[in-house]
Amino acid sequence: MADWLDKVKRNPSARWIGVALIAAALATLPIVAGEVGGRGWVRIVDFALLYVMLALGLNIVVGFAGLLDLGYIAFYAVGAYTYALLASPHFGLHLPIWLVLPLGAGMAGVFGLLLGAPTLKLRGDYLAIVTLGFGEIIRIFLNNLNAPVNITNGPQGVNRIDPISFGGFMLAKPLDVLGFSVPSVHLYYYLFLMLALLVIVVSLRLENSRIGRAWVAIREDEVAAKAMGINTRNIKLLAFAMGASFGGISGGLFAGFQGFVSPESFILMESIVVLCMVVLGGMGHIPGVILGAVLLAAMPEVFRNTIVPVQRQLFGKIVFDPEVVRMLLYGFALVLVMLFRPSGIWPSTTRKRELAS
Amino acid sequence: MGAVNLDILLQQILNGLVLGSVYALVALGYTMVYGVLGLINFAHGEVVMIGALSTLSVSRLLHNVFPGLPGPAVLLFSTLAAIPVCMLLGYAIERVAYRPLRRAPRLAPLITAIGVSILLQNVAMVVWGRGYHSFPAYVSTEPFQFFGATMTPVQVVIIAVAIAIMAGLMVLVHRTKLGRAMRATAENQSVAGLMGVDINAIISVTFVIGSALAAVAGVMVAANYSIAHYYMGFVLGLKAFTAAVLGGIGNLGGAMAGGLLLGIIESLGAGYVGDLTGGFLGSNYQDVFAFFVLIVVLVFRPSGLMGERVAERA
Amino acid sequence: MDRSRAVSFTLVALAGFGISGCGKQEPPAEAKQAAAAPGISELVVKIGHVAPLTGNIAHLGKDNENGARLAVEEINAKGVVIAGKKLKIELVGEDDQADPKTGTVVAQKLVDAKVNGVVGHLNSGTTIPASKIYADAGVPQISPSATNPTYTQQGFKTAFRVMANDVQQGKVLGNFVARNLGAKTVAIIDDRTAYGQGLADEVAKAAQAGGAKIVAREFTRNDATDFRAILTKIKGEKPDAVFYGGMDAQAGPMAKQMRQLGIKARFMSGDGACTPEFMKLAGEAAEGFYCTQAGLPLERMTDKTFADRYRKRFNAEVQIYSPYSYDAVGVLVDAMKRANSVDPAKYISELPKTSYSGLTGRVAFDEKGDVKNGAITLYETKQGKLNVLEVVGGSTDTPAAQAARK
Repeated sequence: MADWLDKVKRNPSARWIGVALIAAALATLPIVAGEVGGRGWVRIVDFALLYVMLALGLNIVVGFAGLLDLGYIAFYAVGAYTYALLASPHFGLHLPIWLVLPLGAGMAGVFGLLLGAPTLKLRGDYLAIVTLGFGEIIRIFLNNLNAPVNITNGPQGVNRIDPISFGGFMLAKPLDVLGFSVPSVHLYYYLFLMLALLVIVVSLRLENSRIGRAWVAIREDEVAAKAMGINTRNIKLLAFAMGASFGGISGGLFAGFQGFVSPESFILMESIVVLCMVVLGGMGHIPGVILGAVLLAAMPEVFRNTIVPVQRQLFGKIVFDPEVVRMLLYGFALVLVMLFRPSGIWPSTTRKRELAS
Repeated sequence: MGAVNLDILLQQILNGLVLGSVYALVALGYTMVYGVLGLINFAHGEVVMIGALSTLSVSRLLHNVFPGLPGPAVLLFSTLAAIPVCMLLGYAIERVAYRPLRRAPRLAPLITAIGVSILLQNVAMVVWGRGYHSFPAYVSTEPFQFFGATMTPVQVVIIAVAIAIMAGLMVLVHRTKLGRAMRATAENQSVAGLMGVDINAIISVTFVIGSALAAVAGVMVAANYSIAHYYMGFVLGLKAFTAAVLGGIGNLGGAMAGGLLLGIIESLGAGYVGDLTGGFLGSNYQDVFAFFVLIVVLVFRPSGLMGERVAERA
Repeated sequence: MDRSRAVSFTLVALAGFGISGCGKQEPPAEAKQAAAAPGISELVVKIGHVAPLTGNIAHLGKDNENGARLAVEEINAKGVVIAGKKLKIELVGEDDQADPKTGTVVAQKLVDAKVNGVVGHLNSGTTIPASKIYADAGVPQISPSATNPTYTQQGFKTAFRVMANDVQQGKVLGNFVARNLGAKTVAIIDDRTAYGQGLADEVAKAAQAGGAKIVAREFTRNDATDFRAILTKIKGEKPDAVFYGGMDAQAGPMAKQMRQLGIKARFMSGDGACTPEFMKLAGEAAEGFYCTQAGLPLERMTDKTFADRYRKRFNAEVQIYSPYSYDAVGVLVDAMKRANSVDPAKYISELPKTSYSGLTGRVAFDEKGDVKNGAITLYETKQGKLNVLEVVGGSTDTPAAQAARK
């Protein structure tokens, strides 16, 4: 498998064929998925792409800089609420997406700095609990800022958020192209895919930049990094802000896609799920993180669709509650993957080499 | 608001102490494991839950077989039955989910812990059902007056048990041979191994003791609130983890102090901050107060209140 | 460059995964339809049901599903004929984990599975985002338990509910506490969920309108067990009554802790805590508790054997909303019967004209899709039982009216 991969990598024409195949696969994915499995699957893929962005953002903090963050979903929430409050009837504001989305990313970045500043001295598990607390604080404020002044509409959430649109072109409505009607979930897929690719490219560029190497240096040995002249404070803050802004973009897209946000979408369990994606896929390794995000986002849904038919096949009726089986399998998967591949499903080879030598 | 009502203030402090003792009981288990292994055992809260629910099942059985048995005796015997269940569970969790990962990247055991947590919750849901269980008042929950405030016997028991367990653990860690081996393992596993300490055995024992504590904690929680549920471990574990870090994770006295402090902050925070801020920050921000104090403490003391990086770690 | 290669391969894996995942689908409905019984042919109808079946209100979610399942089984057994074919309903049960995102995923899944109607979801927080998907697909949705007013205010033709909303219920409760109980001072607690906060705000409004003063407004969480801090604070304010907006799992221990702290105030709550589960958890402290349920009380329901049939079938007690999910299925089938079609596009126009005599009373909808003049029943706990105190609103279903419909 690895040999084959290497061969393809070395051969330039095979490489281009590979890229073309992948592009074609990604372009047709929603059409194939929609035809074979139904639009529900396209929606699941849409969410998986949002999770890819989230996981890549968290990967900067956890994977590159080695800072354990258990409250990451707060930045997703900040992005989502920025969009929701600035483009919905709640305040009567309807700002366009090209303004709201960067604004959400920026807001999330600011919150990233807010979290980063007081926690610079903390390490490991102490950092984990403070970030966890930070995530909860954000959620609690979102849940309660409906009184005395109604800002977030509290637990009721913000409804009727403007769907994502560019000029007069609405993603929430099916698009007619040459007599074919492209459903709304497909349109969202292409938008999310483009932004996910953008996030991937930015991540890749960051990884090989001065900043990326500084992050890795801090992760491996903070004292040594400092001794080498790295401004650890600024570099760590940058990691928090960058990671957070990815979360903010993803959150904004979520708000526009769902049309409704409420604090229940940003609970601690979501932070844990995103962390699982990063670690399970292969911390610090971008392809691994993407894989982890896609796997964990899709796994419960795959189980949801297979448990009942499989049981019918095996026993002729439903013996075990599908919900219970689904969560049991999910738990098992987390444990088993970590036991057999402690550095993740697809860890970075460079890092393995470094550790081995 | 006018003058502070002293009876109410005393009641709030008592509330905080009881809640804090509950947190401390669970936090002691976290801190034990962390002290020796440097690992957050995220599944600890679920062991607490299993402890409470299996005690409930055994107590129902006992009650049916020996209807005449007095309540406290039923509770005692069924707790004694639940303790080995949790010990076995703790041993199994360590053996299966943590031991193979001792040399793995730091976050790997965290993920298995989360996986184990999800597994235990769902197994408990299958065994004990989705509903809430009413936990019978084996120890009286009838209140009595205490200087203008009210308390229940079960609350007195909780505070006493928390203190007794902390004291017992301190003696164990600092006065016994086993304790010395634990401290040696905490200090440096490989060196301790070279000195003839059976590292694997010590770590197993730590988990087993921590899980036995979890069983007791679970029973106390269920008895205090007269309720048990397959989901009860999650929130409790989170609060206890916060308490352990606040006190300085790995430090037994710190877990107790952190627990009590957290309980009192929550109680007084919910009781008074609303009036102090003119109703802006009411009891809806109860958890914010707790996390805020935690962050402030950690900014000034990055290892928690009592967490000094010396051999003091249990 | 190496790295970008690797990314590309991840994406291939992604694509492959999505496709392979899609292969595992249930066979389409047409295949099943072919296997019809001899004599009269069968008409297979899929009704979706969504509620949280995992998480901390999983017991209520299962109760909802059981209610719908019982209705489906009974209708199938009875043999309803539509368009000359015998109706065979399949219930497609889904778990939304009380999570808005999962709610939309399963909604889309039901739409894909070409369900003819949906009963659900349980929580307002999942019902609202999902309603948009059903509306886009033109699939009628009846929620048995989402009480947030927003749900039916979005202007969707597909959104209905058979349960009185928070405003309706809050008015009855607030009125009762101020007028009937004569409480001058009231303390209000809620659990900061969309349901709890919505209801508590409405109760506070109505109680104030009735002349009572709100002396404390406190909050807890829907996974909390310790309420002593807020209750102690309330004790200091000495209110005549305490209202809790939230679920039974919190209200039970709360009632106990009120008693332990020596609070003498009347304790009351809404439908979320008006359950056998509350009685069990509060024990003796349940005495003198008031609560409301939207709809008619079980013993005044047109069909008094519902609770027995439910117990026999599922070996469990009726919790709260199962009579409503039972009725929701009935309302859907009733509309199909009148339209003589199971096609959502055809029978949806019949739903607003519904006048259905269900377990929970006469079900008719107003222009928004809210249940019209929904009955609200006040209960009081006496000697360990929930006793009906008063039924507010609701049209009485006389035998003559029933006969006229037949």
